[in-house]
Amino acid sequence: MAAVTPLLATHDLSRHFGGLVAVDHVDLEVLPGEIRALIGPNGAGKTTLVNLICGRLAPSSGTVFFAGEDITHHPAHVRVGRKGIAYTFQMTSIFGNLSCADNVALAAQRALARAGGRHQTRKHRRAALSASITEALDRVGLADRAERRAASLSYGHQRLLEVAMSLALQPKLLILDEPTQGLSDGEIENFCHLVKAVVTDATVLLIEHNMPVVMALADRITVLHHGAILAEGTPEEIRANTAVQSAYLGR
Amino acid sequence: MDFGPYLLLAALEGLVTAAVLALTALGLSLVFGVMRIVNVAHGEFFMLGAVLAWGFTSLLTGHPALGFALAMIGSPLIVGAIAWLAERLVLRRLHYDPEATIVATIGLLYIIQQLALSVYGPEARPVTAPVTFRIQFPWFGYAGYKLLVVGVSILFLLATWFVIARTRIGLIMRATQYDRETAQAFAIPVDRVYAGVFAAGAMLAAMAAVLIVPIQQAHYLMGLDPLLLSFIVVIIGGLGSLKGTVFAALLIGMSDGMISVFFSPTLAKILATLLVALVLVYRPQGLFGEVAQ
Amino acid sequence: MIGRPASARVVGLHGAVLAALLLLQFILPAYHHGILTRVMVLAVYATGYNILLGYTGLLSLGHAMFFAAGLYGAGLTVYHLAWPVPLGFISGVLAGLALAAIVGFLALRTVGVAFMIVTMMFAQAFYLLTLYCADYTRGDEGFVLTQDMRRMALGDWTLSLAEPVIRYNAALLLFGICLIACVWWVGSPMGRVLIAIRENEERTTMLGYHTYAHKFIALLISAAMCAAAGAAYGLLFGYVGSTFATIHYSISPLLWVLLGGAATTLGPLLGALCMFYLVDILSGYTTAYLLFVGLILVLLIVWFPKGILGTLRERRLQWLP
Repeated sequence: MAAVTPLLATHDLSRHFGGLVAVDHVDLEVLPGEIRALIGPNGAGKTTLVNLICGRLAPSSGTVFFAGEDITHHPAHVRVGRKGIAYTFQMTSIFGNLSCADNVALAAQRALARAGGRHQTRKHRRAALSASITEALDRVGLADRAERRAASLSYGHQRLLEVAMSLALQPKLLILDEPTQGLSDGEIENFCHLVKAVVTDATVLLIEHNMPVVMALADRITVLHHGAILAEGTPEEIRANTAVQSAYLGR
Repeated sequence: MDFGPYLLLAALEGLVTAAVLALTALGLSLVFGVMRIVNVAHGEFFMLGAVLAWGFTSLLTGHPALGFALAMIGSPLIVGAIAWLAERLVLRRLHYDPEATIVATIGLLYIIQQLALSVYGPEARPVTAPVTFRIQFPWFGYAGYKLLVVGVSILFLLATWFVIARTRIGLIMRATQYDRETAQAFAIPVDRVYAGVFAAGAMLAAMAAVLIVPIQQAHYLMGLDPLLLSFIVVIIGGLGSLKGTVFAALLIGMSDGMISVFFSPTLAKILATLLVALVLVYRPQGLFGEVAQ
Repeated sequence: MIGRPASARVVGLHGAVLAALLLLQFILPAYHHGILTRVMVLAVYATGYNILLGYTGLLSLGHAMFFAAGLYGAGLTVYHLAWPVPLGFISGVLAGLALAAIVGFLALRTVGVAFMIVTMMFAQAFYLLTLYCADYTRGDEGFVLTQDMRRMALGDWTLSLAEPVIRYNAALLLFGICLIACVWWVGSPMGRVLIAIRENEERTTMLGYHTYAHKFIALLISAAMCAAAGAAYGLLFGYVGSTFATIHYSISPLLWVLLGGAATTLGPLLGALCMFYLVDILSGYTTAYLLFVGLILVLLIVWFPKGILGTLRERRLQWLP
């Protein structure tokens, strides 16, 4: 098997809060183009781990490598704006008072700035921005709501808007933190289609509690328990894993 | 060089300043600790206390102690009532949003200050001390009343500590401060707690003013300095920390006196102000406060 | 509607306002002519303040220090060093920028209430400094810039800034430049980011923006504008004194911006104009006119936090920048 450089690699990544060890020497590798699901009981450290990866939290020890580069000491905005990591919050975080288009515009603007093009005319840049916004909203199916105030959308649509914003960043790694929480069955199904389409351009790291979604989407699953990796493997392997079963059920 | 007497005098004066400052700052700290808002009109409650004290003492001719006793009771009560009113009419409607509250209390500052100007006038008026005995030190005589001020302040500080730490009311206050939502879930009337705390904070300032007014004079602009000094004390001592407030008040009160003997008071104020700003930037919990959860 | 370059409507509106200000000078009696001159300079101060408050969402209680930095920067160089007016003006703006860099480095590490108090403390220290250096600043008493000092050479002509006509148009020019800069900036990509920071700073960071750097730049620009206003005030009206550094002058732009409408480009001018006339009329009746200022402040923050133009924009004119 040819060795593929992982897109994301953490080495011995740890984080503790006082006496509590939230993330315990985690070695995680995510290959480019895969959909990786991160599951585990509540309090397992999933969101903390992901916060360490996207830079919202500093690690107590260990390193984070992205596309071969050590980003452990890079602040969050650099990881998002320049390195290509995008993160959707567990509690949806958008600009409620702005229109959907304006929400996405902020993300698209960043991506376009990263892509360069200072020499382009203002008109050119405006057109590119407009196109980028429309495309992102199209992908999540919110194109017809572009001018509506974001706070007036339903919860499910707000979550989709946040995904659109993340897509407009043109990320290499898209981290989704419990994206289907609060969505209806129909919305969840659409969401799965969306993720499958996204993965052609970006790698996806997905925190989820919804097992059917995990099983349907994930190429591989990482199980976290008490801050450490309990098991890793394909959905079938994980489903058969007794340690995982007892962690989830033997409480 | 006979520094001793000067130093003792400065220390005594500093103690008086510190005592009154501790009471005033405690009021501000209490309000922030429980309600998480900053009351910029706090100095005006102080001023009102002093002005009302003048009003009470000039009402009762005869022994100044009588008028003063009336002031000690009536002044804080009236100021407390005004504060309670302000809380219900204005602060509650803002849902205690910190920034909006500051703007509103700035407005209150203007309103109270200018009302005092209209009714009381621009002059500074003295109030006779209730007692006029002097303590005779080997080098100088010292007004006994000032020592009384220190004593009474300590009493009030202890009383406040007792109420907060040992009574049910204090427990309710601390519960509301710690977690407002949980307090509500336990049927604590948070709204009434807030109104009460706000009034109590104002009353502490008013009481401090009543104590100091025989030494200073009552003037409609006298609230600004106590406000700024209280800010300094509360920020350095740590918002919501009684121990820190007392300690910082001692520090500021004593050093203000000492420094003014040796340096220009303006320079001292500049340094104190900058120190406060830096403490807020680098150690926002002050010297004794806990980091917000 | 953020981050779009100015539409024809917007350009037309602002052009009309500036044109009206230009024409008003020919019909106004001398008294109001003088008031409008003052208001325009103070509107520059308010516009600078609005950039930080309305568009970036940072409420400072210490902006008087930037106004005063400009005032003293221009005043001291012209008075003590006999610098020509344009150089004095520039040094005023630079003084404001330098102060903002120092203050911003420290204060921007705090948010919300702490930021308000920190800025208030820095401003208070600055005010005390002007008192402490009374040898040069003459403290509260202040000093006067004579008509001689306020003459400006422009090619072959000499303009006297004491002349009402010159004063008015100088103020109008400064205000016009700042207004246009504000409209342009608000519609620019950076303006969009500032508004985003105001709305949800955490999200803005997680979209890849260095929010601290953006806030810092916003503070610098805000301070530069306020310092320009201060420098202009000193040069046009000839008086430099410590009162302009007191907390009252930090609260004033807050009041004007709140009244006119925070996060609107024309709100600062409207607010400054209304308050100035209100105080003018009231002080004819009572010395306690600040009472009404306080009442208005309370009424505004409780019932009309969006101010005149802000409420108007919400109810009817959504396109107002």
